[in-house]
Amino acid sequence: MDTIASLLKAAKQHGSIAQAAIAWQAKEAQTDVEVTRRMMADRLDVMKESLREGLNPDLRSVSGRVGGNAAKLNAAANAKLYGISAKASAYALAIAEDNACMGKIVAAPTAGSCGILPGVLFAAQEALSLSDDALVDAMFVAAAIGHVIAMQATVSGAEGGCQAECGSAAAMAAAAYVQLMHGTDEQAISACGFVLMNTMGLVCDPVDGLVEIPCVYRNASGAAQALNAAQMALAGLVCPLDADCLILTMKDVGSMLPASLRETGEGGCAACACCHTDVSK
Amino acid sequence: MPDLFDIIGPVMIGPSSSHTAGAARIGKTARMLLGTTPAKASIGLCGSFQKTFQGHGTDKALIGGLLGMEIDDPRLRDSQTVADAVGFQVDFYSASVKGSHPNTVIIDVSDAKGRSVNLRAASIGGGEIRVQAVDGHETRITGHANTLVIHYLDKYGMIANITRQIAAAQINIAAMLVSRTAAGGDAMVALEIDGRAEPALTETLSGLENVYSVSYLAFTHDYE
Repeated sequence: MDTIASLLKAAKQHGSIAQAAIAWQAKEAQTDVEVTRRMMADRLDVMKESLREGLNPDLRSVSGRVGGNAAKLNAAANAKLYGISAKASAYALAIAEDNACMGKIVAAPTAGSCGILPGVLFAAQEALSLSDDALVDAMFVAAAIGHVIAMQATVSGAEGGCQAECGSAAAMAAAAYVQLMHGTDEQAISACGFVLMNTMGLVCDPVDGLVEIPCVYRNASGAAQALNAAQMALAGLVCPLDADCLILTMKDVGSMLPASLRETGEGGCAACACCHTDVSK
Repeated sequence: MPDLFDIIGPVMIGPSSSHTAGAARIGKTARMLLGTTPAKASIGLCGSFQKTFQGHGTDKALIGGLLGMEIDDPRLRDSQTVADAVGFQVDFYSASVKGSHPNTVIIDVSDAKGRSVNLRAASIGGGEIRVQAVDGHETRITGHANTLVIHYLDKYGMIANITRQIAAAQINIAAMLVSRTAAGGDAMVALEIDGRAEPALTETLSGLENVYSVSYLAFTHDYE
């Protein structure tokens, strides 16, 4: 299960990407399918609690720059019927804000990008009245995609920039959403490809080196981007570039990035002159 | 080999896998090396750890880890309060180690009886840690497997004596790193093992001739 091609092959044998991923994980950990699913369901429960905490309007990080915005976006999304993208963004922002405020979260694949996958999952659950079981299946699809990216490239911002963190998280979430919508495995891979193509080159540029700005807002946009990619794939659009190839290219681009754009807090947004005055306003 | 729960996981207190979760793991490792309740610690922060520790809660995570908290323990947020309540004194200083990983930390920790441990460790990303030195001995402890750290007098047959006891307990050794300050001087071996070591084994090892101390680092937990 080290490449997208081998993942698709395993999916054919097992019936779906989700089933292939569950079987692989159970074998890897020398346990059974039931325990494996339960472990993922436990992580889903933690995600639910992070969302609840993250929607608290009074939440603030140690620096005071982050917290409370997810509550605003969520209220607007509820009142103005912006649709599933706004809800997913609000939820992703909530969990990312909770992370910035030392909340308990599930790295997916990293702490800095932890809002994107659950943001999409919970927005979809609400919109489509899905069971937790369906979400657990989708999480295995996401995990399988993330595993391939980690094996072939990297999911670390310090190594590959934000494309490797939020880009990977959104690619995982896009594939998960296709699964929730009963799309085909090929559509899930196309959705993953669309995200990787469209986040190519995104730099990791945290202001003052903290997982706050722009990180929490990249979680919000990452959730919307995941849904956009999934919608294209579900509509029958085929990603024109091969997902395995995109993953290797993402890695190459990551290694071409100067150190200042790989989580050092020196370049990009971190170098905005306004950062050194007062960004808390 | 990473599995799917390394991708969706770990469950941790935010905000940073390297600066928070990794720091808590390093603190916990220092406590396990000490083997007793710490009373005092002096912590040197290098590079990125030094620059951003407050915003990431790196200080809270290190203190929490030293108090025995896991990376998903919500008490990490208020670990200073917990430390004050139990009389655990911690101070931080800026350190630099030439050529070291940017997220490097040096910990000197001691218990009420004066037993102490010094370690140098780095948080290398995604919550992964590497302990690079213990009490002046260069080493490599990853936290991927339960680990025995044994200090002993460097004499012939010591490794054989130690590994014979481990074999007798029917435990497989996954990785082993030996280092010594000088021939015939102080030596240390770090052994990553499959499965877990029971207290009987560590007691037997502690009782061997020329073994000074045995620490057991229980990194892995069975899923409940």
